[in-house]
Amino acid sequence: MSTVATYPKDSFLSGGWDLKSWLLTKDHKRIGILYLLSISAMFVLGGLYAGLIRWNLLVPDGSHMSADTYNKAFTAHGVIMVFFFLIPSIPAVLGNFLIPLMIGAKDLAFPKLNLLSWYLYVLGAAITLYALLAGGLDTGWTFYTPYSTVFAQSNVEIAAIGIFVAGFSSILTGLNFIVTIHKMRAPGMTWFRMPLFVWAHYATAIIQVLGTPVIAITILLVALERIFHFGFFDPNRGGDPILFQHLFWFYSHPAVYIMILPSMGVISELITCFSRKRIFGYSFIAMSSLAIAAIGFLVWAHHMFVSGMAVYSAMVFSALTYLVAIPSAIKTFNWAATLYKGSISWATPMIYVFCFLGLFLIGGLTGLFLGNLGTDVHLTDTYFVVAHFHYIMVGGAIMGYLGGIHFWWPKITGRRYSEAWSRLSAVLIFVGFNLTFFPQFMLGYLGMPRRYHVYPEEFQVLNVLSTAGATVLGFGYLFPSFYLVYSLFKGEPAGDNPWGAKGLEWTTTSPPPTENFHQIPVVTEEPYDYAKAPKEKDAV
Amino acid sequence: MSPSFPVLPERASSVAGEVDALFFFIVAVTILFTVGISIAIVFFAIKYRRRSDADRPADIHGSLLLELTWTLIPLGIVVVMFVWGAKVYFHMNRPPDDAMTVSVVGKRWMWKLQHPTGQREINELHVPVGRAVRLVITSEDAIHSFFVPAFRIKKDAVPGRYNVAWFRATKVGTYHLFCAEYCGTEHSRMTGRVVVMEPDAYQTWLAGGPPPESPVVAGEKLFTDLNCITCHRPDNAGRGPVLVGIFGRSVKLASGDTVVADEAYVRESIVSPASKVVAGYQPVMPTFQGQVTEEQLLALVAYIQSLQIPTEGAPAPAGAPQR
Amino acid sequence: MTAHAPGGPAHPAPAGGHPGSARASEALQHQFTDLQQQKEATTLGMWVFIAQEVLFFGGLFAAYAVYRNMYPAAFSAGSHHLSWKIGFANTLVLIGSSFTMAMAVHSAAIGKKKRIVAFLLATVLLGSVFLGVKYFEYGEKIRPCSGDGPYAGCLVPGERFDASAVHLEGDEGRHAQIYFSLYFGMTGLHALHMIIGMPIILGIAFMAWRGRYSPEYHSPVELVGLYWHFVDIIWIFLFPLLYLIGAH
Repeated sequence: MSTVATYPKDSFLSGGWDLKSWLLTKDHKRIGILYLLSISAMFVLGGLYAGLIRWNLLVPDGSHMSADTYNKAFTAHGVIMVFFFLIPSIPAVLGNFLIPLMIGAKDLAFPKLNLLSWYLYVLGAAITLYALLAGGLDTGWTFYTPYSTVFAQSNVEIAAIGIFVAGFSSILTGLNFIVTIHKMRAPGMTWFRMPLFVWAHYATAIIQVLGTPVIAITILLVALERIFHFGFFDPNRGGDPILFQHLFWFYSHPAVYIMILPSMGVISELITCFSRKRIFGYSFIAMSSLAIAAIGFLVWAHHMFVSGMAVYSAMVFSALTYLVAIPSAIKTFNWAATLYKGSISWATPMIYVFCFLGLFLIGGLTGLFLGNLGTDVHLTDTYFVVAHFHYIMVGGAIMGYLGGIHFWWPKITGRRYSEAWSRLSAVLIFVGFNLTFFPQFMLGYLGMPRRYHVYPEEFQVLNVLSTAGATVLGFGYLFPSFYLVYSLFKGEPAGDNPWGAKGLEWTTTSPPPTENFHQIPVVTEEPYDYAKAPKEKDAV
Repeated sequence: MSPSFPVLPERASSVAGEVDALFFFIVAVTILFTVGISIAIVFFAIKYRRRSDADRPADIHGSLLLELTWTLIPLGIVVVMFVWGAKVYFHMNRPPDDAMTVSVVGKRWMWKLQHPTGQREINELHVPVGRAVRLVITSEDAIHSFFVPAFRIKKDAVPGRYNVAWFRATKVGTYHLFCAEYCGTEHSRMTGRVVVMEPDAYQTWLAGGPPPESPVVAGEKLFTDLNCITCHRPDNAGRGPVLVGIFGRSVKLASGDTVVADEAYVRESIVSPASKVVAGYQPVMPTFQGQVTEEQLLALVAYIQSLQIPTEGAPAPAGAPQR
Repeated sequence: MTAHAPGGPAHPAPAGGHPGSARASEALQHQFTDLQQQKEATTLGMWVFIAQEVLFFGGLFAAYAVYRNMYPAAFSAGSHHLSWKIGFANTLVLIGSSFTMAMAVHSAAIGKKKRIVAFLLATVLLGSVFLGVKYFEYGEKIRPCSGDGPYAGCLVPGERFDASAVHLEGDEGRHAQIYFSLYFGMTGLHALHMIIGMPIILGIAFMAWRGRYSPEYHSPVELVGLYWHFVDIIWIFLFPLLYLIGAH
């Protein structure tokens, strides 16, 4: 309020714009931006495939494209969105950029490894894209055997190698985060003074390090089976196709938490800042992240309740699945309680928080139907599952991601974006999202199986609704790319702390200098101590 | 565009009602929490809206009591849900004893079904209303999943395994049959219908068409053609164990374990005989992997199942060897 | 909420603290405040990497457990076609290489430059012996079916797998194929880890020869040592699971 913010002369961005200064950078902030650009490209591509899927499903008879094209489209959508957008999204962009800033470090523990992670991501993406575009892949992103190993005629091996390589990008990022959080904290930054965003990434990193290698070896076995006919998953050679599902879901269920936990971390940061209030139940939120990471490893077989597994094993997995619902519930209640008696601003990031809460509630609660043995039999492999995981991954993870991008955009770029446009886009995304995916819950309950190129006529009304919603959603996602890019050139300088937020990242300049802090900070306060907060003195 | 626009699926089996009751219980819980928390959030967001930059919010750290409340209450609710769901699942996985067995073989991209009396159907299943039907489900190639939404049942067809599902249709009509596990190009055309008929109409339907060969008879013929009979003699003089009366019993294995001789064990013993050898016998049987189709396997299993020890006074079962 | 922390501050160095000696500042990377922090971070990093490796191999060990439980006879029969003597000799070679590696780390800690180089080279040499023996073992199985050595047969899984050459008929032969798939998969992955490790050891030996390490700073030697011991331990599990289950 008092002074007009100015753009700092010296920042990590002023170090040069030539290609070499970016492609050989070891600065976690620049690497974060490299990730931002690459995953955005993948998001657009994955979105185009989603468009193809919705276009096909406008009509029940599949007359818009061939079955083969449709199968390749939903496989490409799944592979791109899961492995190349959602898993890296928040950790690789925001986590990379912010973790060192938040704990008062000069960089991640292993900057070269960080750059290597990005190159592995790009290499993995390039290999996978080659497989997807030159001939295509039609196994679904789940690669179920023996279809993928014996019957599929598409580029399974190449795609498997691409995903294998990208997996190591994720592992190395997780490793870097774990070591950084353990060993690089500034003086006075104790574990329980860490922002919840960092806690969430710590839990995520554990999953990345312990889960990803299992999918890596599994997907490698699929490739080996196709190339050398190893027969691990081929019943005609004595193999067991169900073993693949166990190995696959041992990773791929925790992978859901790789996507959602960082988003929960973002929400915790945003909700305190825009309530200008300490978070309610700090340690409960922090520990619930670890609980989710731990229990999340023990629930994988709830994807297989109809595969013929023993009734008693199914019961164990169902019980554990219900157990993992509790920490998520704890987080949600604590967030709601944080609002109580706060000073709540309705700035764009907070609008995203509200959207997140609404969608995550529905997404999380519909998980109760799928963890339930009685109802899962009917609902599994139907559109109910599709709707459920989109509410979590798109409604939860992407809302958190966008909320985080809008919150830290001024810190990353040093510029402010248009509030009016950004709020409009948040609302559009929320409406479009619900219109797209809510009808899919109904379709699933009615019995429409997923991955169907043609479907019975009575499902058409709901499918048309869903496609209409997807159109709105698509526009909602387009908006930010315009006003955010516009802000780079015409946006007002943001100042160090435009939101009046706590946290070390707001004590340095926006954008931060290459070394993050001109002097390593010494932490003396508890986190989110908004009672002593500065007001929005730099805000305009 | 179709004029009809259903909101609820048809309910045409005895478990459908149980599943729906549970489903709507969870729906109620979901709505309660969604609406409750949403109202709280909207209320707080408006009531405590930032009016001036000088607002002084309360400095609240947390509350152990509240944390315990919202940990324990949801925990109690999910325990109820879990127990209820487990009960329904148990019911779904325990076919009644009087059920008639229909064999189901998934093949890209069709369903092949066979009635106990021998009638074969493709992508269509005729069943009598009110009668329990037990499905023995397998696949010839990729994994498929047998899904009848109106019955609320679904079971994967896994190559090399026999999975069992069952239903008791409660309403005459025609219902969708879907493949629910992605199995390749024409996955979405691997569909069909289940026709539930009055018992009389079902009998008439069975009587129509050429007289079929029952799986037991077909299995007996195979048993002879494949020379199984040379070793598996009924008089305990062969190189292999006697099969009469073995089905459904516990069998002691050479490894010291015991297994129940169910469909899965019989199948395994035919395609990979060395895996679980009966105690007292040598692993001399060759594998029949690749020599018999899934349907022939099912016929052999049906035949061995029919080989019961004749009880006193009762006539020997039709398929039992007469020598 | 109290600000109590179990770990306390990670590196309670004074803000803006500067590293001491010139040699240390050469080794110290810019993101760390002092060598101690750098050493702790890199060591933890290697342990996390090893945890990742355990899970990576874990997928294969899980598959092994499942299939051995399903086909114990075929696994035992398959195991008969590996020579436990060769496997045992190789185990000794690998344990020897672990010993030389441990000696290299010890030499680094006491600052004996020449001995570091010598022990690292010995480690690579023993690793090469191991791989050479492995090459010979693989070759025997890959040799065409018509060969007449004691183990000659098409024991490479795939279309031409033919266990009948080694008297594994029908069913057992088919399941023995899974055994050999696991054999090649697990030992292959293990060998790959050695092949990746050896050039790295050579690189570190070169740096040691250039005098880059001191008793204060020799983390790379320690880290590659950790990695090498891990690779050895994997073999300690593989040897009995693959070679000794047939009770010869």
